[in-house]
Amino acid sequence: MVHIVDLEETLAHHPFAQGMDPEALRTITGCASNAVYHPGEYIFRDGDPADNFYLIRHGLVALEIHVPQGPPIVVETLEAGDIFGWSWLLPPYRWSNDARASDQVRLLKLDGACLRGKMENDRSLGYEIYKRFVPIMARRLAGNRMRIVELATEPAVHSRQKG
Amino acid sequence: MSYHPSVIGLDGLAALIEALSGDGFRVLGPTVRDDAIVYDDIAGVDDLPAGWTDEQDGGRYRLKRRDDKALFGYAVGPHAWKRFLHPPLLRLWRAEPDAAGMTLTAAAEPDERFAFFGVRSCELHAIAIQDKVFLQGPYVDPHYKARREGVFLVAVNCGTAGGTCFCASMNTGPKATAGFDLALTEFPGEFLVEPGSDAGAALLARLPQRAATAADIERARAVSERTAASMGRHMQADGVHDLLLDNLEHKRWDDVAARCLSCGNCTQVCPTCFCTAVSDVNDLSGATERTRRWDSCFSVDFSYIHGGSVRPSPRSRYRQWMTHKLASWEDQFGTSGCVGCGRCITWCPVGIDITEEVRAIRGE
Amino acid sequence: MVPVPFRIAKVIREIPGVYTWHLKSLDGKPFVYRPGQFNMVYQFGVGEIPVSISGDCREPDTLVHTIRAVGPVTNAMQQLRAGAVVGIRGPFGRPWPIDEVVGSDLIFVTSTIGLAPLRGLIHEVLHRREDFGKVVVCYGTRGIDDIMYEADLHRWRARFDMHVHLTVHSAPSGYRGRVGGVVAAIRAAQVDWPSAQAFVCRSETLTRQAVDTLAGLGVTKDRVWVTLERNMQCAIGLCGHCQIGPTFVCKDGPVYRYDQIEPLYSVREF
Repeated sequence: MVHIVDLEETLAHHPFAQGMDPEALRTITGCASNAVYHPGEYIFRDGDPADNFYLIRHGLVALEIHVPQGPPIVVETLEAGDIFGWSWLLPPYRWSNDARASDQVRLLKLDGACLRGKMENDRSLGYEIYKRFVPIMARRLAGNRMRIVELATEPAVHSRQKG
Repeated sequence: MSYHPSVIGLDGLAALIEALSGDGFRVLGPTVRDDAIVYDDIAGVDDLPAGWTDEQDGGRYRLKRRDDKALFGYAVGPHAWKRFLHPPLLRLWRAEPDAAGMTLTAAAEPDERFAFFGVRSCELHAIAIQDKVFLQGPYVDPHYKARREGVFLVAVNCGTAGGTCFCASMNTGPKATAGFDLALTEFPGEFLVEPGSDAGAALLARLPQRAATAADIERARAVSERTAASMGRHMQADGVHDLLLDNLEHKRWDDVAARCLSCGNCTQVCPTCFCTAVSDVNDLSGATERTRRWDSCFSVDFSYIHGGSVRPSPRSRYRQWMTHKLASWEDQFGTSGCVGCGRCITWCPVGIDITEEVRAIRGE
Repeated sequence: MVPVPFRIAKVIREIPGVYTWHLKSLDGKPFVYRPGQFNMVYQFGVGEIPVSISGDCREPDTLVHTIRAVGPVTNAMQQLRAGAVVGIRGPFGRPWPIDEVVGSDLIFVTSTIGLAPLRGLIHEVLHRREDFGKVVVCYGTRGIDDIMYEADLHRWRARFDMHVHLTVHSAPSGYRGRVGGVVAAIRAAQVDWPSAQAFVCRSETLTRQAVDTLAGLGVTKDRVWVTLERNMQCAIGLCGHCQIGPTFVCKDGPVYRYDQIEPLYSVREF
């Protein structure tokens, strides 16, 4: 029991759960566990079943994409206070990139497979979850659009431009 | 101090030109060339466009004979006095390579003094506006300053309004009220002369003349009144600053862009447009000379920064010109940039009419 | 407005296509300026371009310019070696308002070559370190090979009285640093948002994004200082090229308080 109370408290302090309905929080806590990863360790890999999502308590997590001609490319890092992993919400529930610990990482791991079933039966819980995921997804999408603008307008340093 | 007007005849006018010339001025005035009235050196009354008038409309300028021998019986032509104060092409400096690296020598300013003969009221206002731009800001343009200092201005109160004139609605004419040394009003065969400065009064005193009567003064007033009443165009200038800046996405900009050729004629004939660009020319001796020429906000390159132009579309360039002229000019220099001379309408090859564009944006 | 000859004393290749010049005036006179101002830099027979001044204004005997080769003039300048003579006109423009932000936490937001116009300001802030609260630099680049002024960044990062948040758009796997947009670096900054003063040096679109992010954290737009870029030729407000609406970037800018020019950002092709 003590273990559960700790988890609930940890979860409640994470920005993801700010202002969450207590009942929903309890349900989610029931699907949560702690996880620790060492530098370089994979948290998940592209193509694997996506049955979890993660709240970062400490450390830096690298989202990587594999390219055949070299080492994987880190396209984004996420840090304490961030969440990552939304493939568990969308069929076919498989990861579309790798996630790897850049340094010592402490996470709260949420069992998405378990939550999917609960959300199906309890739409208000589903709403609570989606309400928290959608703004984050929108922010990342908008941020990445701006990164495209930056990469498209900042001259690449190794090629000469007209002008 | 107040000055007393006089009346002079053609002999007095000839004496005026002669006196200016004799005092060392380079006298510039209206003369007929290439089927237009332009400003150039004049040696005497015979160089003035006697008996000529002009027919002006959107995209149209024709010289026509008058029934009389009036010397100033026309409106303004394609030239503005800015071509002398702010030359279309100007050498700035020359750089020569040498042992130290290079030596730069600024081009000398001309030591001549200009007398402008036949300056219209709208043009006096235009000169006053360019004075603000070039002389009264945080930076002074030394080239303009060198040319502007000591200019003797002989104004003419218009007796004929052109087809594209709208100075009356811009409060810039047709009667000259300030900024001149002498102002003429033409009567058949004679002129009322009003001094506007000590230098003007002193010069007038040297001319054959008679004192002006109340009837002469009334007659001159009637000339200006008649001209004011016969303006070819009208612009409602009240609130035009906010009107344009509140309508930067008005559909009319698309409409005018479909007609505008982006040729920049309006900016070249405008008596207040001041933009310039510099270019460097290298010669075979290894030296470089920098020149400055009039530029136009209608060219794509005008707003070029690395990667492209900020105003690639004719829509944005026309909008830049018109909002600058009528709105942001006020923010920058505390005055409108438009004096209602109508040149931009006359010399636009497709007859775009700034007064009509303002009306359209007003929704009239 | 005739250029004054300066000799290139040293050329530093910062990153491919970006080079820094250390210049000395031929007559030995010090070059006095304030951080944020710019010069018109002239290559004999080639052309003249506006370049911000990137040095330490307390070392007026050395004029420092960092230039990116993006056009014919800047590419030609890239070929110049130490010993070559170039012409300088300046300094021009309004500097960063350093005295107006005394007592506040300062956050600098920029990317790649945008650090060049801020570098002199950061140097001056560090000279007057006790005048300010926290000092945080948020700097983004394309990748780990595009980091400019790396020696400065290492020095700044090693100080106990300032923070450097570096971010790159992508990195090879195994890189231990932050990857993402500069926005993520801003969010990581720990300053007193309700009173902090921000200095943003990015392109217009990305400036707006940075300002929005800062606003979301509590930095009102009257505490955000930005720079604008336009075609500058005469640099004294007379040639007309750098106008945006009411402002001449060369004489009224290039540094502006964001709230005073915010409307200009939303009009296209203005």
